[in-house]
Amino acid sequence: MTFVRISDDALAIACGAKEVARAFEAAGCTVERVSSWGMHWLEPLVEIDGLGWGPLGPGDVAAVLDGTSAKAIGRISDHPFIARQQRLTFARAGRTRPLSLEDYAATGGWEGLNRARSLPPAQVVEEVIASGLRGRGGAGFPAGIKWRTVLGAPGERKYVVCNADEGDSGTFADRILMEGDPFALIEGMAIAAHATGAKQGYIYVRSEYPHAIAKLERAIALCGGIISPLSLEVRVGAGAYVCGEETSLLNSLEGKRGEVRAKPPLPALEGLFGCPTVVNNVLTLAAVPQILSTGGAGDYAALGHGRSKGTMPIQLAGNIRYGGLFEVPFGMSLRELVEEVGGGTASGRPIKAVQVGGPLGAYIHPRDFDLPFDYEAYAERGALIGHGGVTVFDDHADMGTMAQFAMEFCAAESCGKCTPCRIGAVRGAELIERIRGGGSRSPDRVEALPQMHNAPKQSRSREENVALLEDLCETMRDASLCALGGFTPFPVLSALRQWPEDFE
Amino acid sequence: MSQAARIDEIVAAHVHREGPLLPILRDVQAELGCVSAEAETQVALALNLSRAEVHGVVSFYHDLSERPDPRPCVEICRAEACQARGAEALMDAARAAAGERVRLADVYCLGLCSVGPNAKLGDEVHARLDAARLASLIASA
Repeated sequence: MTFVRISDDALAIACGAKEVARAFEAAGCTVERVSSWGMHWLEPLVEIDGLGWGPLGPGDVAAVLDGTSAKAIGRISDHPFIARQQRLTFARAGRTRPLSLEDYAATGGWEGLNRARSLPPAQVVEEVIASGLRGRGGAGFPAGIKWRTVLGAPGERKYVVCNADEGDSGTFADRILMEGDPFALIEGMAIAAHATGAKQGYIYVRSEYPHAIAKLERAIALCGGIISPLSLEVRVGAGAYVCGEETSLLNSLEGKRGEVRAKPPLPALEGLFGCPTVVNNVLTLAAVPQILSTGGAGDYAALGHGRSKGTMPIQLAGNIRYGGLFEVPFGMSLRELVEEVGGGTASGRPIKAVQVGGPLGAYIHPRDFDLPFDYEAYAERGALIGHGGVTVFDDHADMGTMAQFAMEFCAAESCGKCTPCRIGAVRGAELIERIRGGGSRSPDRVEALPQMHNAPKQSRSREENVALLEDLCETMRDASLCALGGFTPFPVLSALRQWPEDFE
Repeated sequence: MSQAARIDEIVAAHVHREGPLLPILRDVQAELGCVSAEAETQVALALNLSRAEVHGVVSFYHDLSERPDPRPCVEICRAEACQARGAEALMDAARAAAGERVRLADVYCLGLCSVGPNAKLGDEVHARLDAARLASLIASA
């Protein structure tokens, strides 16, 4: 009997993995559903005795089984896309059954938690600090420092909250991890709870991820005894992008409108229900079990580039030939990522721009592709690595449209709490439309009134509108409460400055 | 069972949790198709909130609606990664296939960004769509 492994990741299912699995079963094979290797152009990918075939449809099954299929890719673990990576957070990707406690324990699962529990909380915190692990949600704040604040905060009730509201376009690492290795996230949360004294944890997952929600709920039910005294619960979002911002997420968990809170107070001191709260991204928490294993912190800190330590699960997305999950130490250049690993565009056309860091990330021009993947290097260039999403656009992309889309998205998703974001995004979208539509607009009847001293009396030229847009972006960047309004200027200004011809 | 009795059951199932409002509203939306003014009042009374507070939450989240729309709904991703893969070019065909019978909703990212254009029908996700496949997905809704 042939033993066939097929991923049950949502992406594989969306590409037809269920039909392929059924076809193998009908042909008399035993099918085991495992996590995804993250080579998305090959999904549905089938593994038999370590060898891979993909992308398969139900009609390819017979050829695979009699050895004549042209879709063979050889040994999967030797595939250049996999061999080039250094997977720590995603060490189990493609190799284990997501909900098998047996597979998890056999691959080093719970070692980090067991070791952490043999240490006093303060020492666990010190090891996380020593590893150099920074928040993977985008801000890159040192995770251990946050934990130390929560540990030192007075109060009996403390919480650990996992931010799994992965709303950025071009990112899917959280989803792959929650679906493929849910116990790793749970173990990370249990370690965080031990280190900070939290007894209750929440995983806030966006409603667009039904597969991840189902997997997490089953995983929590399976390992409740292991993570006790921590009690975990999955909470489902309701379609608000801004709830990926940590204070807005906390309000949403409390059952309120997902409006951003002003900081201070920091959530580490006054977070969920006013209690000290650790809020970390999925990838941050999932990196913790490896760090807490014997010698893990030192190994982690030895990797990376500058102050960006360890590995980053980078997500290659958009118009890219070899898209998927690519985990490497920080420091790889965008050129290597997009052109060598990613193979250029899926359409075969030249790359026009790459957006790194989701909808709030800057568009990067191919002439800047030598930029190393590193928090500080990106920040210096007025860009951000965010959650590590890399979205490629070919030369069909119109950067004026993308800039306008960024403002419109911000306007639609703004929580409404602060003015620069709520009003600025609407005005920004109008301004870009005006600039692209030829430029001028005459004063309306109210603006023409003599008492309207500050209103322009002549129509603004295109140059004046561009200057106004730059000014507006500066206001949004400096005066917004959170990253939604504060970072929307990154895609807008990067598009405006590097592709001015698209705004004609 | 009357609508009010069903809402009472949903409230009872969640009221012991911390921050029960959003889980309650999600269940009400899923079962009754919307969170009506009457439902808002009933939930507010049960949780000792004002109706304004509950209405504020209902109007904030895209997944919650104040009026029912019984049509089947296909969510099409319109975010950057799917735009880069040509999602916008499918929209005319999608609208033609949907007509008045199917509701088309925009969604901003289904997390399948390397294999777009993508769409979601219920809890089923579909990737690598072209105009014809999207139209047949909409026809099957």
